[in-house]
Amino acid sequence: MFKLKDVLNRSLLTPFNIIAGVIILIGLVITALRFFGGLATVTNLSDYNPWGLWIGFDLLCGVALAAGGYVTSAAVYIFGMKKYHSAVRPAILTGFLGYALVVLALSYDVGRPWRLPYPFVVQAGTTSVLFEVGACVLLYLLVLFVEFTPAASEWLGFRRARNLVVRLTMVLTILGVILSTLHQSSLGSLFLIAPSKLHPLWYSQYIPVFFFISSIVAGLSMVILEGSLTHRYFADKMDETHLREKEDVVFGFGKAASFVLAAYFAIKVFGITMDNNWHYLSTGYGAWFLVELLGFVALPCLLYSVGVRDRNIKLIKWTSALAVLGIMVNRFNVCLVAFNWHLPSSERYFPSWMEIGLSLFIVTVGVAAFKFIVTFMPILYEHPEYKTPHA
Amino acid sequence: MSISRRGFLAWMGAAGITALSARAGATPRHFEGYPQSLCVLHDITLCIGCRSCEAGCNKVNELPAPAVPFTDLTVLDKKRRTNAKAYTVVNKFTSPGGNPIFVKNQCNHCLEPACASACFVRAFSKNGDGSVTYDSSVCVGCRYCMIACPFEIPTYEYDEPFTPRIMKCTLCHPRITKGLLPGCVEACPTEALSFGTREDMLKLARERINKYPGRYVDHIYGEHEMGGTNWLYLSGVPFRTLGMREDLGITPAPDLTSGALATVPMVAALWPALLTGIYAISKRREKMLSGDKQDAIAKAVAEANAKSQAALTAALDKAKKEKEDSVKKAVKAALEQSAQKTQAQ
Repeated sequence: MFKLKDVLNRSLLTPFNIIAGVIILIGLVITALRFFGGLATVTNLSDYNPWGLWIGFDLLCGVALAAGGYVTSAAVYIFGMKKYHSAVRPAILTGFLGYALVVLALSYDVGRPWRLPYPFVVQAGTTSVLFEVGACVLLYLLVLFVEFTPAASEWLGFRRARNLVVRLTMVLTILGVILSTLHQSSLGSLFLIAPSKLHPLWYSQYIPVFFFISSIVAGLSMVILEGSLTHRYFADKMDETHLREKEDVVFGFGKAASFVLAAYFAIKVFGITMDNNWHYLSTGYGAWFLVELLGFVALPCLLYSVGVRDRNIKLIKWTSALAVLGIMVNRFNVCLVAFNWHLPSSERYFPSWMEIGLSLFIVTVGVAAFKFIVTFMPILYEHPEYKTPHA
Repeated sequence: MSISRRGFLAWMGAAGITALSARAGATPRHFEGYPQSLCVLHDITLCIGCRSCEAGCNKVNELPAPAVPFTDLTVLDKKRRTNAKAYTVVNKFTSPGGNPIFVKNQCNHCLEPACASACFVRAFSKNGDGSVTYDSSVCVGCRYCMIACPFEIPTYEYDEPFTPRIMKCTLCHPRITKGLLPGCVEACPTEALSFGTREDMLKLARERINKYPGRYVDHIYGEHEMGGTNWLYLSGVPFRTLGMREDLGITPAPDLTSGALATVPMVAALWPALLTGIYAISKRREKMLSGDKQDAIAKAVAEANAKSQAALTAALDKAKKEKEDSVKKAVKAALEQSAQKTQAQ
């Protein structure tokens, strides 16, 4: 359907390529500095602040925003919502790329990345929440890779491999939901061990539940947001089914996101009640907590429901961007803003420009990989030789 | 927490039953430290801020020479923390009466250490002698131990590109196993640091409080903090005024995450059942819907067939009748014709 030659004949100096090229070049320089000079050369990390932007953004936001894969495949294959079928492949692809990039980013952040398999092959620290996170992320990356292979197999013509994996769809989906439940929540559990460092408004015994429920919001919202972006830039790659089902996906996922956000709002309020932390709301941190809770949870919940009621696609799309931003605000708050709140401002952390540059580099690599894959592989359309009959 | 129990739990974890290895948070059991484990008692009221302990520590641990010599006491004017080149630091505070108070800071060697609980390669060990030691040969460098430590002790070699290590006090584990004193205790010119078993140090601390009630606050820091530590402190002023947190609670760090880890096997076991159930329901609904559809089609086809059959029969009947009629008519006409013919003749 799309020939490599056609692509090569086009000019490579598109605005996207130029900007992406510059970011990737800068990223490569930072990479060299990081691996030959150590973390101190490129980061503002310190003994008080061992985790910075690369954990707060690349790991915590990265994993949450890649939740679309398990949310969509569960909706379609387990809950039987076949009308969202065309959303599965793009969501799986984003999930796979997201997790691959999380692992890439971690290899910059940890001191000796070549030892990342150690917990599984040398010595297992099973009392650590991080062990669970690591094991689940690793296994889920594998599951996402397998779930992604049918698209690549169709492109490459590996018919038998493709058919084998398609038969495993149910097992893979259930495995994906289990692993996602576990590690999405465990990313929150990581902070359970530090009640003396995380502000009480964000520290809660429910933090794993908060992280898991908000990951569903992130997944649903990312599918909507990403769908509108791909429609804008890759409409020529979409087949009729995809274009026809697109609106169903926006309304269906928008409605679901509204309900889940309402539930999330309720448990967040219950979290404050449980620990009787109401008095903190009158402090500066309390004001910021209210901004998060009202501006990035209650507001998108309301806007989603209005959008669905009025069948206003544009509103739902903008709301999805707000909801995604809200998840990022939450993860930043837990990991960076409300963490170490007891320290004087001179000891607090703010990322260096090179940390920000490397995070941009990672995102750019992801966007470029997504662009390449949807251009060549049957992601936004069904391969003519493998059409499946579905309602 | 015996060693064999730990080994067993690690095996359980390796078998994939991760959360079972986290000690059930609800058990009332309280670990009071290994019997005869060693401990330092730091009597803050006796510390003169000479930094000899810092020098002794630096020497026995073969740490790099400091930028400012240990004899320079002006560094005390600024609050410091442990770092990759110093396992211990002394800080100066001022009493309500205006007198200087000096406090030594280093790893407290928790009875149930947060760092060891948080480490996903078990790089930390809580040893029988009370020390908490670190093995850089397995460390990945994730720095979760630094997040976990409530006393903000572990430090990291951020400027080391290839072999960065976590750096922290070892209670001079290599020396105390040989019967020697920790470097800092040996260097201390006053009685500010005492060394012995934890039971003895607790007894000593209580004796001092009882003997000089006006001199000390009635609190042995480290007896219960975070479940207890192998480093104890006595002070004449509340510890919170000396940068030592009194809001840490008495829950050992591993208990903070054991509940969350305990849900792992629940999710792993129950989700497949739940999800397969939901799948079965949605599949059945789909089947029923498609079944209804097929029934409706069959019914419609049957009705149409019956209708057309009836129409056909009616048409045939009609045709038959018409044929009969026309035959009758023809016969009648023929008869009439023959009758007319007969008449005419």
